[in-house]
Amino acid sequence: MNDFAARIEELIPRLRRYARALTGERGAADDLVQDTLERAWVKRHLWRQDSDLRAWLFTVMHNVHVNQVRSRAASSTVYLDDETADAPVRPTQSDMLEVRDIGTAVARLSLEQRQVLLLVALERMTYDETARTLGIPIGTVMSRLARARERLRLLLAGETGSASLKVVK
Amino acid sequence: MSESRIAQTELHAYLDGEVDASRRAELESYFSSHEDEAQRLAEYRRNDEALRGHFAPILDEPVPNRFVDVQGPRGAKLWRYAATFGWLLIGGIIGWHLHDVKRADPAADAPAWAKRAVVAHVVYSPEVRHPVEVGADQEAHLGAWLSKRLGMQLKIPHLDALGYTLVGGRLLPGDQGPVAQFMYQDPQGQRLTLYVRVNREHYKETAFRFAQDGSVRVFYWVDRGLGYALSGEVGKEDLLRIATAVYQHLNP
Repeated sequence: MNDFAARIEELIPRLRRYARALTGERGAADDLVQDTLERAWVKRHLWRQDSDLRAWLFTVMHNVHVNQVRSRAASSTVYLDDETADAPVRPTQSDMLEVRDIGTAVARLSLEQRQVLLLVALERMTYDETARTLGIPIGTVMSRLARARERLRLLLAGETGSASLKVVK
Repeated sequence: MSESRIAQTELHAYLDGEVDASRRAELESYFSSHEDEAQRLAEYRRNDEALRGHFAPILDEPVPNRFVDVQGPRGAKLWRYAATFGWLLIGGIIGWHLHDVKRADPAADAPAWAKRAVVAHVVYSPEVRHPVEVGADQEAHLGAWLSKRLGMQLKIPHLDALGYTLVGGRLLPGDQGPVAQFMYQDPQGQRLTLYVRVNREHYKETAFRFAQDGSVRVFYWVDRGLGYALSGEVGKEDLLRIATAVYQHLNP
């Protein structure tokens, strides 16, 4: 068990990085990490010795986050799901003016696109690991990833969806 | 413009090293003849790198102790978090209760801690298997432990003469620190709880005050720096009689 604790401790910086990128703010991210660690510790008997601890921890974090988002959504915010995200959230001209760095751009992706992009591009998980962590099919990982990267590209390039307005690079 | 463009997902699979060697070679030749796609691929790659660069400093931030504390076979620490969780639960119940209290009114102007006492009563008194943390069989330890945690000498009143025997007690998180709860039970299983907290705001003593929330009645008072709240689902007169006995026991 000490070994388990030590190995988890090694992974804390990565959990924090993912949480920060996912939530976009330090306080919420650290709360997410803390809740994840608590849950992981309580559920430690569910972790199989021979399996990948990182994948397991990220799965725990994903579930904790989903619950947090759901309870927050129940109280105030409406979260767009992946299917509806593209239409109403399509970057507008004023969006373009605000996107200064990649952190801001990532924050503009839908939650589901962000999850996939961060696990693949930041955490460098394989598609298979990403699919298992998020509990979705690989095909969904791939389509969300494609949409996420394209949207990020448009945001950073300062292009609108219609491409009529192009900011000189 | 170009024949048979590849699926976008495959472009990404190529970028992420998810295609096998033979397909990889095919895709490379495809990109060499499709400059627009190759450009977009390069852009995706640059953005990925920028993403990693942007969030990389977080990996070097010192890990706050509170994270490290969560783990390890240190029961006490884990318990502290468990207490926090319990507290959140209680907070939720308080919210729900306050709603009720407003309607039932007599408790509307009761201090927050007295309401907490009622909530704690509601939470723990129906508990069948774990009503208390330390049972009456370890009364001396219970008293010493809770006195230590509250930082004040506590006396555990005996109410046997009124038909209520001590079940035991537990430590709870209060609004300003640890709080003690003692539980009593009569032969029919009717339970009372005595909630004891350090009264930091003022040491002024108060008379018995009464509040009611639904079927739970509570008498509360402040005596020598400690706030007491006796809660139970018993009649007001009975509860007053017991509260008086508690007071007398504490002030012989």
